[in-house]
Amino acid sequence: MTDPIIRMKGIEKHFGSVIALAGVTVDFYPGECHCLLGDNGAGKSTFIKTMSGVHKPTKGTIEFEGQAMNFADPRDAIAAGIATVYQDLAMIPLMSVSRNFFMGNEPTKKIAGISFFDHEHANEVTMSEMRAMGINLRGPDQAVGTLSGGERQTVAIARAVHFGAKVLILDEPTSALGVRQTANVLATVDKVRKQGIAVVFITHNVRHAMAVGDRFTVLNRGKTFGTAERGEITPEELQDMMAGGEELATLEGSLGGTV
Amino acid sequence: MSDASTNDDERIKEMSGLRRAMIRPELGGMVGTVAVFTFFLLFAFDSGMFSAQGVMNWSVVSAQFMIIAVGACLLMIAGEFDLSVGSMIGFAGMMIAVFSITLGWPMWMAIIVTFVICIAFGALNGFIVVRTGLPSFIVTLATLFILRGFTIFIPQTLERKTIIGGLREAAEGDWLAPIFGGKILTGFFQWLGDMGVIGVFTRGNLEGKPVVDGIPMLIVWALGLVVFGHILLTRTRFGNWIFAAGGDAQAARYAGVPVDRVKIMMFMFTAFVATVFAVSQVMEFGSAGSDRGVLKEFEAIIAVVIGGALLTGGYGSVVGAALGALIFGVVQQGLFFANVESSLFRVFLGVILLFAVILNTYIRRMITGER
Repeated sequence: MTDPIIRMKGIEKHFGSVIALAGVTVDFYPGECHCLLGDNGAGKSTFIKTMSGVHKPTKGTIEFEGQAMNFADPRDAIAAGIATVYQDLAMIPLMSVSRNFFMGNEPTKKIAGISFFDHEHANEVTMSEMRAMGINLRGPDQAVGTLSGGERQTVAIARAVHFGAKVLILDEPTSALGVRQTANVLATVDKVRKQGIAVVFITHNVRHAMAVGDRFTVLNRGKTFGTAERGEITPEELQDMMAGGEELATLEGSLGGTV
Repeated sequence: MSDASTNDDERIKEMSGLRRAMIRPELGGMVGTVAVFTFFLLFAFDSGMFSAQGVMNWSVVSAQFMIIAVGACLLMIAGEFDLSVGSMIGFAGMMIAVFSITLGWPMWMAIIVTFVICIAFGALNGFIVVRTGLPSFIVTLATLFILRGFTIFIPQTLERKTIIGGLREAAEGDWLAPIFGGKILTGFFQWLGDMGVIGVFTRGNLEGKPVVDGIPMLIVWALGLVVFGHILLTRTRFGNWIFAAGGDAQAARYAGVPVDRVKIMMFMFTAFVATVFAVSQVMEFGSAGSDRGVLKEFEAIIAVVIGGALLTGGYGSVVGAALGALIFGVVQQGLFFANVESSLFRVFLGVILLFAVILNTYIRRMITGER
């Protein structure tokens, strides 16, 4: 067993009098897809924002590659190799794929001592990366707005991987997508995992989690019920844990087992 | 995945050349420029509009619009507005007059200090906008009134008048003033005059001098700023940040773009071009007035919108904005040459603005694939 790349130990986060996270401990391993499940308000978002440097934990420690980390802001986390792909905020629709791909990491080329955006290099890299991910572009100057939701997620993932992410946090990447597009994103997750990157996959869809997950952690009301490995847990058990057990069982009865 | 790619191939049609041309932001500006020139060539060719003097006349007016349009364009693409541009022009001109005439400073010092003060106001605009998260529309509307108020109050208090003159004399022999108020290629124009290519004065104390004696620095500034703005926007890393900041500030932040810094710098740049405008104007008129620059902020915004930029930010072109400014200058002066009642210019403005906004919205839908 390899060492975990990130250990989140006893993470607590309080917002004033609200306790969003009440002591969460999770380890994430390279080359694995770790699914973080939970209903709305379970603390998933707060947890990943703590991981990606947006929030500072009130209590608890974050160890990254064996060392205690203190991220002042998201840029620190990005620099360390923790990339987050947010569902709606991954891409800018009016900008070209190539401009989006290199946003914040623009390649430059010096001409007469002034650095210019190296469009040629950017376009080449974008086209080859997109081809590797199975997206056919008309050209690198195609606007992101013309891509489907799944393709946008894929571009964002490819971008994070290209710029050296060791940990890739995906915030509900499939929740707004159709069946076909979801399958594409899940396939992308699989490709990324095989490159040795730790993928943190946030979702409230048990079926999507079961499709790609190696480990599963359920958050409920700011706490975790522990982590289960693939094969140790059934989808029904996960579903129950997310919803907090009994209530869903009664609800399920009245809905005829469709949830 | 291979499934998805075949899917793309069959469902996304090849873009036609026309459609490809249509999503260029400059399109509206190009069509408008051609239309305007065609119109005036057909209907006002004999009016003197296309003689050397006439060309210089509308070129100078267009250049004025261009200078402030470049600033407004970059700021709008970065997702913000500056309504204080007009007041800034009046304020900057008045500051130069107060420093050089009332306080008797050398002209170069007055100009430099004015630049510093105005750019600081621009930075303050930007700082308030990014810190409070308020719409820049409101913040700069406040600055519009504050600066205009000072522009009237300061000369009233110090000089008991609202127009301060004598600036041309004060600028005599100064090293910095000609960079804004001077002319270049005067020898070349004299030669053109001597060769009979352009007319020369036949009477008065200017006898033998060409009717157009050089290219005003105002035009040089305008073209220089357009080239600078265009390269900055399309060919540099910072340009990508400008698009990103206006396209979606939060997404840009997550990708590591220093959005706040970009926006503040664009506010400072807008203040800079407003001051360039003011200094050139003051040098040309030889005076500063409290009412200078009124409504310039809207004219700049209209030129930018005609040039294809979206009011919501994230999309636009400096070249387009420059064409918008050219359309503006040609029509305003062309109507004058054609002896059309000048109030009709405003009607024209309103109509063309409406068309431009409708066209831009349509183009945006084409780019993003929304329906």
